[in-house]
Amino acid sequence: MRMAHMTEPTVTENDVMAAQPDVDVADLGDSGRDVSSIAVDLPEQLTELGTTVGEVRCEDPYVVAEKVNVHYGDNHAIQNVTLEISKKEVIALIGPSGCGKSTFLRCLNRMNDSIESARVTGQITLGGQDIYSKEFDPVALRARVGMVFQKPNPFPKSIYDNVAYGPRIHGLANDRAELDDIVHRSLERAGLLKEVIDRLDEPGTGLSGGQQQRLCIARTIAVNPEVILMDEPCSALDPIATARIEDLMDELAEDYAIVIVTHSMQQAARVSKRVAYFHLGLLVEVDETDTIFTNPRHKLTEDYITGRIG
Amino acid sequence: MPSSLETRKRVEAGLARRHRRERLFKFSGMLATTVGVVFLGVFFFDLFAKGSSAFVQTHLRLEVEFSADVIAPGGELDIAYADFDGLVRSALRAEFPEVTGRGDRRELYRIVSSSAGYQMQDMIELDPELLGTRQSIWFPAASTVDMYIKGNIDATLDESLRPISDQQIAWVESLRESGFLETHFNRALFSNGDSRDPELAGIKGALMGSFYMLIVTVVLAFPIGVAAAIYLEEFAPRNRWSDLIEVNINNLAAVPSIVFGLLGLAVFINWVGIPRSAPLVGGLVLSLLTLPVIIIASRAAIKAVPPSIREAALGLGASRMQVVFHHVMPLALPGMLTGTIIGMSRALGESAPLLMIGMVAFIVDVPGGFSDPATALPVQIYLWADSPERAFAERTSAAIIVLLGFLLLMNLAAVIIRKRMEKKW
Repeated sequence: MRMAHMTEPTVTENDVMAAQPDVDVADLGDSGRDVSSIAVDLPEQLTELGTTVGEVRCEDPYVVAEKVNVHYGDNHAIQNVTLEISKKEVIALIGPSGCGKSTFLRCLNRMNDSIESARVTGQITLGGQDIYSKEFDPVALRARVGMVFQKPNPFPKSIYDNVAYGPRIHGLANDRAELDDIVHRSLERAGLLKEVIDRLDEPGTGLSGGQQQRLCIARTIAVNPEVILMDEPCSALDPIATARIEDLMDELAEDYAIVIVTHSMQQAARVSKRVAYFHLGLLVEVDETDTIFTNPRHKLTEDYITGRIG
Repeated sequence: MPSSLETRKRVEAGLARRHRRERLFKFSGMLATTVGVVFLGVFFFDLFAKGSSAFVQTHLRLEVEFSADVIAPGGELDIAYADFDGLVRSALRAEFPEVTGRGDRRELYRIVSSSAGYQMQDMIELDPELLGTRQSIWFPAASTVDMYIKGNIDATLDESLRPISDQQIAWVESLRESGFLETHFNRALFSNGDSRDPELAGIKGALMGSFYMLIVTVVLAFPIGVAAAIYLEEFAPRNRWSDLIEVNINNLAAVPSIVFGLLGLAVFINWVGIPRSAPLVGGLVLSLLTLPVIIIASRAAIKAVPPSIREAALGLGASRMQVVFHHVMPLALPGMLTGTIIGMSRALGESAPLLMIGMVAFIVDVPGGFSDPATALPVQIYLWADSPERAFAERTSAAIIVLLGFLLLMNLAAVIIRKRMEKKW
């Protein structure tokens, strides 16, 4: 029964990942099936099926997770997840709350390091290098794998300093002119430059929510990373701001690998090329977005995307 | 389950009771506040009523002669041994020629402060040209005269029950009538160290002692406290040891301050061998005392920095130290400074531990450094409150006013820093 009560520990603020036993609260309504039976049956079901269904491998993989397990103390938050992500694609991680998708995302830039009870096993490579090896410095990793968070979190500094912070600490600009250039180009790419060009020295916290989130994206791409992780980047935004961010993701996908965690199936359908469905720490199914939404192979995936779980 | 009509009825029936309770609670809160404000008002009124008169001092004007015969008997200045008191006395005699008896004259001499001779000595030392001239000088009156002028001595009492005699009162009144007696600002209060004579006693020595101690305290306690807080909050692993340290820091903040004084006596004076009564020891002891306060306040300030800021910086590839110094520190600094100032004002008002390390001594000289014998403001208040002279009572209140003034200033600084530097996000 442990599975039924498995929760993901809150990583930082409670709202980053609302820890709740997901399946228990799911209202199956007219489907008439007992919720708990799904949870209990699940491990057997998956063992029967072998591992993840669909295609975890991809052409030209850049980020490769092999048999990744994450424990938070006694809690086995991610079990045996294998997934490949190629260099220029948007992959969406979906699944009910507490399914481990955010945890998996945070493994990719070792943000879980700051949680003392977290233990990551298995292997994750970035361009062939093991990111969890001793020689791999998380500072260097995070310069290559940027992250955008659920709640816009600009520094309480000026807009300029927000964007310039990454280049500054990594020494990416040789002089002020170069830094100005990086800041302008990053804001431009994030579609924010026109709105803030006259007030670069005003605090970033004074912007609207959607602008703040685009500022955070600008801040991330200012470091010129290879992969951008997005942890429910639009969940705190209104539909208009969301649409802008989604457009932005389309553009960014030309240059960066984007891994996005989202609760919105529409968003996953709109922005991603592939979709990975997580359930209770297991990677249930990975496939092309169209396939997942039109013809899911796994029963759990189907239940989730049709709204019977979650 | 009651019907909705029933629910409404019951809610309405209970409303009056709820409102009554609310009014009662509001009233008792107001009462409590009023009691507090009244006590504070009484305290301040009493303090200012008693202490404000200490900021002025009665002075007498006397025509003194810097007699060459007395000051330079052999033609050369002999400042150290000259009888300046005699010159003051002859000036008094000249003022009141009708006083002839030995006893009466002795009484007459007592209306001027015993410092008058020294004042002349200082003047001639500064300006030898005064030799042989007659000068009209304001001398501080004796404290009994001062008390009489300020109305602190009831002249209707029987002569034997008051420190000033009928004759002295008559002389003082005649001086007052001829304009030779005035109250001036009491400069001695701020420019002198302690003294047995109330009219000469000042708080400068105590102020400087407190100042040197606070310097030592802030220099030691602020960096150590902030560093400890940052380490404990940002770097230390969470385990039994860090829990133990945390509990101990919290306990340390509650340890009675006199215990820190004993520790200072045992460690800093007896073991390390730092001189007694020195502001250095006092500062060390007060650092120990304020450290827990600063650590606790700084940790709270660090904790209050939103984790999202840390994550944002970490996510960009900042190292832990960069996260701390670029983001956490600037946001936590107002809280840290506020905690430090609160700790400092606690240290400034502390007297018990200083008693243990010999800062309670009677020290006349104003300390000129960290190892000179010194006392501190609160201890000076304690010493004066203990003195029998009537005039020390008002000086005690005056010293309390000065101490409160400094505490108020420091707390004001804390508020301003918090308001100015606090960033909104």
